[in-house]
Amino acid sequence: MAKISIKNLNVFYKNIQALKNINLDVETNEILGIIGPSNSGKSSLLQVINRLSEMNNSKVTGEILLDNESIFSLPINSLRKRVGLIFATPTVLPGSIYKNVTYGPKLHKKFKKSELDELVYFALNTADLWNEVKDRLQESASKLSGGQQQRLCIARILALKPEVIMMDEPCSGLDPISTAKIESTMVSLKDKYTFILVTNNTKQAARVSSRVAFFLSGEMIEIDKTEKMFTNPKDKRTNDYISGRFG
Amino acid sequence: MKDKIARWTLLVIAFSAVLALLLITFFIFQQGVPLIFKAGLKNFFSTQWSPTHGKFGISSMIVGSLMVTFGALLIGVPLGLSCAIFLTEFSSKTLQKNLKPVIELLAGIPSVVYGFIGIIVLVPFIREHIGGPGFSVLASSIILGIMILPTIVSISYDSLLVVPGTYRAGSLALGATKWQTVTMVLIPAARSGIITSIILGMGRAVGETMAVIMIAGNALKIPHSILDPVRTITSTIALELSYSVGDHRMALFACGTILFIIIIILNIIATKLTRRT
Repeated sequence: MAKISIKNLNVFYKNIQALKNINLDVETNEILGIIGPSNSGKSSLLQVINRLSEMNNSKVTGEILLDNESIFSLPINSLRKRVGLIFATPTVLPGSIYKNVTYGPKLHKKFKKSELDELVYFALNTADLWNEVKDRLQESASKLSGGQQQRLCIARILALKPEVIMMDEPCSGLDPISTAKIESTMVSLKDKYTFILVTNNTKQAARVSSRVAFFLSGEMIEIDKTEKMFTNPKDKRTNDYISGRFG
Repeated sequence: MKDKIARWTLLVIAFSAVLALLLITFFIFQQGVPLIFKAGLKNFFSTQWSPTHGKFGISSMIVGSLMVTFGALLIGVPLGLSCAIFLTEFSSKTLQKNLKPVIELLAGIPSVVYGFIGIIVLVPFIREHIGGPGFSVLASSIILGIMILPTIVSISYDSLLVVPGTYRAGSLALGATKWQTVTMVLIPAARSGIITSIILGMGRAVGETMAVIMIAGNALKIPHSILDPVRTITSTIALELSYSVGDHRMALFACGTILFIIIIILNIIATKLTRRT
């Protein structure tokens, strides 16, 4: 059964149609890579799944199912707890590293101090950040480097114990080492979570994802197993994009 | 050569403002401080104000000023802060663009007009529906609360507006409601600006004279309830300076000194808090 099932999805911002009739299933425990040039609607897709798009006057038609239940009938905060979104620029909140991790969980439920400590350890450790910050959990999160901040954002999402983790070009501002760390985190976690990875970096999609979808000007051109997509794409436009002939 | 002339001319002009401040400070202290020593601190901080008979107690006025100011903050801060939050977080761009100038217009209304409205509307209302003479701490607090709104709204608004958008997105994406985002992320992030707005508002309330004279009742005693009339430091100076001579006049300058010190302290706190972030 598909974890997320998108049916006939159209998204409009004022006069612009950002997504055109998208039909897409995201399988449980896969890493689905979404590639495409900018303005192809990749980020819009993530924002709609998380319902963040409702902030900027968008109009959505079609259906998105999470475990066979429409996301539009779910309470918005429980949806966002189950489907986490990580942005291109790290969105650390003001306050300490510890507070950044506990902020999300505390919104949804009351915790004992010991439970929170455990949760912080679990989240930071899973995001491969614990060893670097364990001695300065009370320091301001904004002092961390860009790569560390992004992993903190991942830890923050993990602390919510989500089901799906969506990443919107999570490594676009990071150096290769930080990128490698985030990629290995993703791969090691894919047995427990479902990932949707939007990336401008086709090589990254090739490295980590099990399937890849190619978006162009709001349309999904094709979706297939990663190896197939990169060796033998069906559509000429996909081939052109992957081989760098346009985009 | 031309550069030098321009430089020196501008320097002189620029320092004229500082010079004015220094002169005012010097003058107020020079006129006021001797009396405080002459009368003695015990006399000066007693509650007996009868300057023509050698009694210079200004306690009741200090209490009056503080009560009125505190009352103004109780009314102005929640109103102003909610207004700023509404404008930045919950209203449309068009509403924002139209509403903020209107609120800032409040600052342009002369204080005598506020006092006038207080006398015509507020004072009779309090007298008839709540009790007391109407001229009271309550009436002054409400009017002052409205008068400090533009200060609080516009500075809080600006400081909320510069909170990075990533804080909002990050918090919402973790499942926070808009309101949780406001209280747990945005207000802490804009804290220093909000505190500054409150302190500047406080400064305005402490220093306001005309509106307060018109509606506070100006009775020289420590008020026992918010419905009692009250007299502030500024009111005393404005009411008595024109006919005062000798020690009485000096005593009014001493009041000015105290007022000056209160305002300086508030400003120092405001600067400290703004710099911290």
